Amino acid sequence: MMFSGIFASKGSAIRNIAVVGLVLLLVSNYLDLIGYHFFSIDAHKMLYFDTFGLLANTVIFGSTLVYVLLSGRDIENIAQRMPVAECFALVFFVLCGVSLVTTFNTLLMLFLGIEIISIPLYILTGSDKRNLKSNEASLKYFLMGCFSTGVMLLGIALLYGASPNGSFSIDELGIGRSNLSALYMAGLLLLLVAMGFKVSAAPFHFWTPDVYDGAPTVFTSFMATIVKAGIFIGFIRLFDETFSDSQSKWQLFVAIITAVTLFIGNITAVFQQSVKRMLAYSSIAQAGFMLLALLSINGLAREGILLYAAAYSLATIGIFAILIKMKDYTFEGFNGLAKHHPLLAATCTIFLLSLAGIPLTAGFFAKYYMLASVIETGHYLWLVIFAVLCAAVSVYYYFRVIQAMYFKDGDAQTLETRPAFKGLLVVVAALIILLGVFPQVLLDKLNTLIYTW
Amino acid sequence: MIPVLLIAIPLVGGLAGFFIKNDKSARSWSLLISLAALAISLWGLSVGPKSPLLNADAEWLPALGSRFAVGLDGMGQILCLLTAIAFPVIFIATWRDEYRKAYNFYALMLLSQAGLMGVFLAMDALLFYFFWELALIPVYFLCSQWGGEKRIQATFKFFIYTFVGSLLMLVGIIWLYSHTPDHSFSLKSFYALRSTVSGTDQIWLFWLFFIAFAIKMPIWPLHTWQPDTYEQSPTATTMVLSGVMVKMGVFGVIRWLAPVLPLGTWAWGDTASGFCIASMIYASLVAIRQDDLKRLVAYSSIAHIGLMALAIFATTTTGMQGVMIQMFNHGINIIGMWIVVDLIERQMGTRKISELGGLAQKAPALAILLVIVALANVALPLTNAFVGEFLLFSGVYSSKVTQYNVVFTVVAALSIILSAIYTLNMIQKVFFGNTNALTGKAKDIKLNEKVVLAAIVLLIVVIGVYPKPVLNLTKETVDMILTKMDYKKI
Repeated sequence: MMFSGIFASKGSAIRNIAVVGLVLLLVSNYLDLIGYHFFSIDAHKMLYFDTFGLLANTVIFGSTLVYVLLSGRDIENIAQRMPVAECFALVFFVLCGVSLVTTFNTLLMLFLGIEIISIPLYILTGSDKRNLKSNEASLKYFLMGCFSTGVMLLGIALLYGASPNGSFSIDELGIGRSNLSALYMAGLLLLLVAMGFKVSAAPFHFWTPDVYDGAPTVFTSFMATIVKAGIFIGFIRLFDETFSDSQSKWQLFVAIITAVTLFIGNITAVFQQSVKRMLAYSSIAQAGFMLLALLSINGLAREGILLYAAAYSLATIGIFAILIKMKDYTFEGFNGLAKHHPLLAATCTIFLLSLAGIPLTAGFFAKYYMLASVIETGHYLWLVIFAVLCAAVSVYYYFRVIQAMYFKDGDAQTLETRPAFKGLLVVVAALIILLGVFPQVLLDKLNTLIYTW
Repeated sequence: MIPVLLIAIPLVGGLAGFFIKNDKSARSWSLLISLAALAISLWGLSVGPKSPLLNADAEWLPALGSRFAVGLDGMGQILCLLTAIAFPVIFIATWRDEYRKAYNFYALMLLSQAGLMGVFLAMDALLFYFFWELALIPVYFLCSQWGGEKRIQATFKFFIYTFVGSLLMLVGIIWLYSHTPDHSFSLKSFYALRSTVSGTDQIWLFWLFFIAFAIKMPIWPLHTWQPDTYEQSPTATTMVLSGVMVKMGVFGVIRWLAPVLPLGTWAWGDTASGFCIASMIYASLVAIRQDDLKRLVAYSSIAHIGLMALAIFATTTTGMQGVMIQMFNHGINIIGMWIVVDLIERQMGTRKISELGGLAQKAPALAILLVIVALANVALPLTNAFVGEFLLFSGVYSSKVTQYNVVFTVVAALSIILSAIYTLNMIQKVFFGNTNALTGKAKDIKLNEKVVLAAIVLLIVVIGVYPKPVLNLTKETVDMILTKMDYKKI
């Protein structure tokens, strides 16, 4: 990808190459899923391409495709200060990292994947070179990210030390862990903290609003959706395979982190004046919901996290794509959008309803799965009730945007939008509604695949 | 077949309505659709209770154990009939109201009708939840877009309130679902749970459902959204809200709460009844002091709903029969009241009781029709509400599940007296006395308004004199619910 810049000097050509690449990735991934293997690499048990990981990759690549189609042109605009090909290359590096994280089989691979994700992101955050906020965000992200990387390495080292025959493999680490040594527990908690940092779970979330706000909006969209969903899937995979035996020991920590994340994310989002910053906090709140899957780790949770990743990514990418077109990122900037651009407003409403988890949208089933997975475990009912109360709070800030668009008079200024862009928004919105009314199309697949891996 | 049509006709009609860009034809289109729904509903009544046409069942989400199961039982029949009558009446009565982008308005109205029908027809808990929300969202947009000055805040409050309630209900539904042996959302599996879910679980589950339904009804102290929303909404939407939508709460308790969690219902029966009583007295007292016609009717509605909820917890055949018939009656009567309020507001440009007076001289037909509706509101004999409230009171009085039945009856009866005070006071001030500068120019009502009001009055009198068909219709449902509610047989 990086070298495509040599051949194509025009931005649009590079974008087209990216689209083709993504389609190829998606197709080959799907073929792999249904059992056609082109070639097999001996990964020495470092990676394990199971159905869960492949499905996760499908979701990730699919959302990236939507993302590039919707916002590719805006990447080019940003890239006036940076070679276009490099931007796309960095995006693809991140994707490579994400696919490592979704299929890792040893802690080393997890670490490698996380780093491959993080380093390009530091650059992308700072890609708006003349903007002080962008630089600040990048530096902040870098410093905090390094720190969490250190924590993570320490955790991995401790786990390595605690394993009887010295292994990084997540299968061997997980077996027969009924009585835990302090070393093992410490390693586990350090990993939890480091991963919590990466998915912006409270109280490790402080970087998120600043970084999301400071980064160019196109890349915020990428970070908040695809990257986050990818790391989450790795998170679930790690705890599912390695630590499911010792679940009772760490469950309480996760429960507390979840509750705090939900609370801080939702309450802080209420007070935001800028839609972009509100979305940053809302992404923290949504992470809180996804943490419910980590808490319960069962079949429902595995299905649910994939559905959640898809629903959340689609809706958020859509909203960000619209946000990029707005001249004013505050709530007032959305005033009266429905009058001037009824289509943008209508699709944006569907995305927001989906994020709020209103029935008939994909977001409802995503939330439903998260709640149901926790209820199935039979414990932590207080957390479920707390989560739905937080979801009710979230309605407040999502509906503020809807109110601004529909019921307030104003003169919402937007940049020029092309018919293809609008058409694609309609397709994404239709997809969300389709998943909301007949989630069966996706669930059937998940059900059969997940229980047979 | 019939239930599917009842949902599909307004749903498809509503979706199509968004594309009729002409306001006048959109209005006629929505009237046509609502009349079609009424015809289907009458057809449902005519085929008899055992007809296979009354049920429909199709695969929906097999992975979750949820089916698209809809059916019409006695209670469903009567509430669907109410919904089906309400919408054409509302459309005709507000025929002359002007809306910006009217096609959107009418389309959303039809969508909310589809949601309401679905709520009353659903035989599957997840489907019920879906329709519960589907009914709410169009109403949110209706109120926020076309309402009064403070509409945005008022509807926002309304939305958040009901959304909190429905999410709590969702938690309850998922919990029950995870405890069904066959992992199913069907009504039958939920009813079978009543003997397997332990009493201690039922005790807290009760509140998850009851809060959702109490917000919708509404019952004190969860009622604060209601007067604001009624006041700020466009009148057509207020009619939907108060005529049909509040019945969702009552309906929910009867179908999804009391028979599913009989122990919880029994254990909290007295507490819930206490809230109902407080609600009735409080709302009646507040209504007396209101100067705004819309707020007055809003508070009077809270008082009437409180009585219905009280009778559910009394668990007697007469009381339950009363609830069924009164749900229908209250819907009809309150829509009649709103029509009158709307007429006055449109002509006079004000809803303040203190600014009106002497309308009867200028608009005799309106006055006569209003007086009959108002008398029905205070449950005078020969009106439909008399039948209903008589059954409700005798039901509460003969209740075996509570030891406070006499206290409840006496205190609740006070609200009837209070309702006479505020209703008659309102008639007196608005219609009699001297005309002032504002009311001096009033004209009598037009033909379409006469027709709908006359139809409502006819329904009031007919059911008031001969309620037997309605009672027969719901007899079976009432018996079934009461056997399921019998906590001693568990």
